[in-house]
Amino acid sequence: MKKYEADVVIIGGGSAGMAAAIEVKKAGLDVLIIERDYELGGILLQCIHVGFGLHEFGEELTGPQYAQKFINQVNELEIPYLLDTMVIEITQDKTVYAVNNKDGLIMVESKAIILAMGCRERTRGAINIPGFRPAGIFTAGQAQRFVNIEGYLPGKTFVILGSGDIGMIMARRLTWEGCEVKAVVEINPYVSGLIRNQVQCLEDFNIPLILGYTVTKIHGKEKIRGVTISKVDTNFDRIVGSDRFIECDALLLSVGLIPENELTLNAGAELSSNNGPVVDNNLESTIEGVFACGNVLQVHDLVDMVTAEAKRAGNLAIEYINERYGKEVKREKQIRCIAGDNVGYIKPDLINLSDISKETMFTFRVKYPDRRIQIQFRDKENNQLIYKKNKVYVIPSEMVEIKLNLEENQIDTGCQHLIIDVVPRPEVLIEEE
Amino acid sequence: MFNSSQSAVKVIRCIVCPSGCTITATPDQSGNVNFEGYTCNRGLEYAKQEYYEPKRIITTTMRVENGFLPLIPVRTDTPILKDKLKDVLKEIAKIKVQPPIKMGDILIENVLGLDANIIASRNLNKI
Repeated sequence: MKKYEADVVIIGGGSAGMAAAIEVKKAGLDVLIIERDYELGGILLQCIHVGFGLHEFGEELTGPQYAQKFINQVNELEIPYLLDTMVIEITQDKTVYAVNNKDGLIMVESKAIILAMGCRERTRGAINIPGFRPAGIFTAGQAQRFVNIEGYLPGKTFVILGSGDIGMIMARRLTWEGCEVKAVVEINPYVSGLIRNQVQCLEDFNIPLILGYTVTKIHGKEKIRGVTISKVDTNFDRIVGSDRFIECDALLLSVGLIPENELTLNAGAELSSNNGPVVDNNLESTIEGVFACGNVLQVHDLVDMVTAEAKRAGNLAIEYINERYGKEVKREKQIRCIAGDNVGYIKPDLINLSDISKETMFTFRVKYPDRRIQIQFRDKENNQLIYKKNKVYVIPSEMVEIKLNLEENQIDTGCQHLIIDVVPRPEVLIEEE
Repeated sequence: MFNSSQSAVKVIRCIVCPSGCTITATPDQSGNVNFEGYTCNRGLEYAKQEYYEPKRIITTTMRVENGFLPLIPVRTDTPILKDKLKDVLKEIAKIKVQPPIKMGDILIENVLGLDANIIASRNLNKI
């Protein structure tokens, strides 16, 4: 068995993994990136549209351009990486097992691990569309890879289920390649993705957007030949008599992303409601010395936010190695954050009581859109309001970021649970943010 | 500079921020256009650009001969007129490029005289 050693092993060579690796290497520590694909770059490589890098580089780049800039840095810093290599296990003592065609089984011993595996798409199974399983059903990202990297068109006439950004971007991409997109069908009464994509990917090409409908039947046995869509009620149940048939030879699903955490779970780490690892305010999972960043922790809106989080994770791993690695540090008291009203999940899940004098970066998503709301942080134990912030609107497609110093906001040191609610703004408060 | 639909009322959905204001552009008889429904200056600027001269960046792929991959992602280096999108896509489809290619390499110079170049979005080596 081939053996490697590194101070920090990074699992995943996408935007998160590369940004974290660069930080660690710059600090003079040994780092190794393990990537399962045949090149570095991750999902950015197939996202050939623009919209990346406004925060990080101050210009609007395509996904491949954004990735290339990081790949160039990885190469300039001579950061070692293994390609075509699949991590199969990580252990509590920070040993990583992986396999590839050249070396067979590989063992890497490390002091800290950074999880940067990204996320995957929800599939047909996740949304329970009944019926046969004909050819011609793809997730939007799968179709994106076929069209943009492999050079295949997966169909001629498409229906896209779900109005996520990848689905809308694929609607434009397929139209540009000469395909017909019959409709984008969304179960919610609102669009899931950005308005910019609705305008530039659908309205620019007169692609119908059908809200409040879902696919209730897939027609065809060997090959898909159409779908039935039906209107749904507020419980997402099909309304009888609302069925419509749409002929198509391919169905794309753009119905959400899930952090990919099988390795994390098998290692014994706790996961939270968004399927990302439970982390503290130092992005450290419930396994000491194992950190998480990027879409494996929480699905981000922008790669720029992934990069920022990954840089933090890199620096926190360095701090761990320098200050805590190999020392007996007793588990300290932690505050647990709880997603309350209209909050889907909240990161971090835990706040170390010894860190409350530092700024904590909170991120969360709402479950449904709302206007004129107030974000409230409450100490559950004494039901005390610690922090409030008004916002004009919140939507599920936009992650909310709040930087907060809990000590300055007079949190009680006896606090064990912090509840985050998004509630209608109290009438007395009419000031805008 | 003016597009063909200048005499008609045009409804523009603002994409500057997720508020998504609906802006109505109404031309009067003397050719002045009245913009209504925007809630910030950036929105007004966007609406004017969309009304008089809508532009988009094109991102697509170009075929590669003997490359590590069969396609290379490409883009225009500046936004081009929206109604020229199809013509530019057709130009790009005519061409096959030879690796090695570096990010930023100009693959079509001044495409269709639109003052925009088609550039490579990434590096691509030979097979």
